[in-house]
Amino acid sequence: MRRGIRGITATALVAGLALAATACGGGDSGSGGDSGSGGDSGGELSGTVTFWDTSNDAEKATYRKLAEGFQQEHPKVHVKYVNVPFGDANAKFKNAAGGNSGAPDVMRTEVAWVADFANLGYLAPLDGTPALDKTDDYLPQAVGSTKFKGKTYAAPQVIDTLGLFYNKKLLKDAGVEVPKTFDELAKAAKKIKAKTGATALYLRGDDPYWFLPYLYGEGGDMVNARDKVVEIDDGAGVRAFKTIKGLVDSKAAVTDATDGYENQIKALKDGTVAMAVDGPWDIEAARAGKAFKDKKNLGVAPVPGGSTAQGSPQGGWNLSVYAGSKNLQASYAFVKYMSSAKVQQQTNEKLSLLPTRKSVYEVPAVKSNEMVQFFKPAVDGAVQRPWIAEGNSLFEPVKVQMNKVLTGAASPQQAAKATGDAYRKLLKDYK
Amino acid sequence: MVAPVVLVIGVIIGYPLVRGVFLSLTDANEANVERNIGVNHLPATYKFTGLDNYRAVLSDGVFWDRLGWTVLWTVACVSLTFLVGLTLANMLNRTLRGRTFYRLALILPWAIPAFISVFTWRMLYNEKSGILNKLLAGGGIDAVPWLNDPTWAKLSVIAVNVWLGVPFMLVALLGGLQSIPGELYEAAEMDGASAWQRFRHITVPGLRAVSSTVILLSTIWTFNMFPVIFLLTRGGPGDATEILVTYAYRLSFLDSPRNFSESAAWGVLILVLLSVVAVVYRRALRKQGEVW
Repeated sequence: MRRGIRGITATALVAGLALAATACGGGDSGSGGDSGSGGDSGGELSGTVTFWDTSNDAEKATYRKLAEGFQQEHPKVHVKYVNVPFGDANAKFKNAAGGNSGAPDVMRTEVAWVADFANLGYLAPLDGTPALDKTDDYLPQAVGSTKFKGKTYAAPQVIDTLGLFYNKKLLKDAGVEVPKTFDELAKAAKKIKAKTGATALYLRGDDPYWFLPYLYGEGGDMVNARDKVVEIDDGAGVRAFKTIKGLVDSKAAVTDATDGYENQIKALKDGTVAMAVDGPWDIEAARAGKAFKDKKNLGVAPVPGGSTAQGSPQGGWNLSVYAGSKNLQASYAFVKYMSSAKVQQQTNEKLSLLPTRKSVYEVPAVKSNEMVQFFKPAVDGAVQRPWIAEGNSLFEPVKVQMNKVLTGAASPQQAAKATGDAYRKLLKDYK
Repeated sequence: MVAPVVLVIGVIIGYPLVRGVFLSLTDANEANVERNIGVNHLPATYKFTGLDNYRAVLSDGVFWDRLGWTVLWTVACVSLTFLVGLTLANMLNRTLRGRTFYRLALILPWAIPAFISVFTWRMLYNEKSGILNKLLAGGGIDAVPWLNDPTWAKLSVIAVNVWLGVPFMLVALLGGLQSIPGELYEAAEMDGASAWQRFRHITVPGLRAVSSTVILLSTIWTFNMFPVIFLLTRGGPGDATEILVTYAYRLSFLDSPRNFSESAAWGVLILVLLSVVAVVYRRALRKQGEVW
């Protein structure tokens, strides 16, 4: 699916769990995270909080441990942890919430889902509740996706974006610099192929999220939500489709219409491609490959730019509360706990995911984390997506059309137009 | 005496059907149907729109494109499955050593849950690391873009569906073959009929009752074969392998808010198409003197 599995090696996980046993007492717990005394002044919290976690196989043990840590602060609350695979979570939540049976109290929600769920009345507004704590501490861009029609429906937990992963040795052997634009990448591709035999780039042709850097690189966007205008079918969209087609046709890039997640990470690990656009969730997976036996061989740079600009999408995860929760007070306290500085720091230490709180970045252990050094500047420059109810639905038309462009079934012009038409059908009041 | 039957059919078939037809005549979607969420009560605000949904679907080129491929897919799958099934059934309908083993082995695809088979095929088809391309590379043949090229993807999904469908055909046709009295063959042999003549004049007529039923069933199943297409290609690349049911799913469940009314209209249209096929097929059989 869009984000795929964030691979972390088993060893890292075991090490992380070993740390988890001791981490609660030790370390600098930052300024937030004191969730024991805030919102429950009316009496001690009790009952059950069902938490749907969407983290991947490598992450879920850590998340379970963190979630159940809430019980130490609130012994009368039972946290029921359920892992729901990312690919199924959206539909599963909608089925449960709409049918009013089996929906969780709290869910780890992808940034594009919040407005969608809120629009359908499935989420409880969090303004003025104990769930929102020290909100000044959140990165402003992380807050963007939690708001819908003037109310706040989630607390940010993790932020991420895409970067360019590159194999330092292959680029050095080919005698090329890390490309700053896709043009440079295409030019370097011939040298890379001739000198090393590797293909320059693996291009995710199966996943519309990966189309965004090409679109932003041409100065375009999917829609302009403020002025209610569909933008993808203007010149920038056409040029973006041309860029991906050109990279594949000139053999600077290889691609697939299915299984791109597995194929990309495998190609990178085996050294059959020199570069790939990927996110922080895949650093550990990449490093497990034979091309990165020397861990320093993996470099991360900003995503290459297009002809006019450079940009990559902002992603991440929020925590939201189901409006039909039977235990709202405990759910609010749980959200507060899970988005606290303390828990975010632990998430970073164990899984290297990027925190959404400014104060956590000041913690030395986080500051010196290589991942954070790679990705924090990229996140700061990431492009916020349109946080509208239909935000998540904007991807499917792009997927169909990028498939068609790459297989030659549609021209870039036709693809851009078809995507725009699909958007206007979806967004009835847009021009 | 028939009251329980009427009741059961009314509850499990009648109500959903009527409800589906009703929704297809409205503009109901996930945002305007009635819901109770916790203490919130959201009233139903959708309205009756008559045949608007049908007009929209039928005037959209997408429906006709997908119908064309769905028909091609159904005809290809059913005819191939039937031919392979018939061949294998004939081969097994004689005494040979290890017959039980062959029968069990050929039944196996049917015993595996479809989604597991499909995922396995998907791994085999992987262009970069799948076994099929590894084998071809061993023979010096370039990698085939099984699921990444519109034409290859169509062939690939048909191949998987045939593989999945053959055991059913095999079992049904083998049963039919065994119900043909052996004396007929003996008599024909005495009269000097060739193997082909025996097949043509004894086996084919003897199988007609069974084969007409399995072909109709197979047609209906294949027409609506959601899992193979959805799990193998998600309708891709692009929308090359999208059949009517997977397209209805994409339209109505991947967008938000989910469009219940348009999805219902697609469902009703698919039902009507299949009913027409069944009626026409039955008529054709009856003309040939088949009582069904």
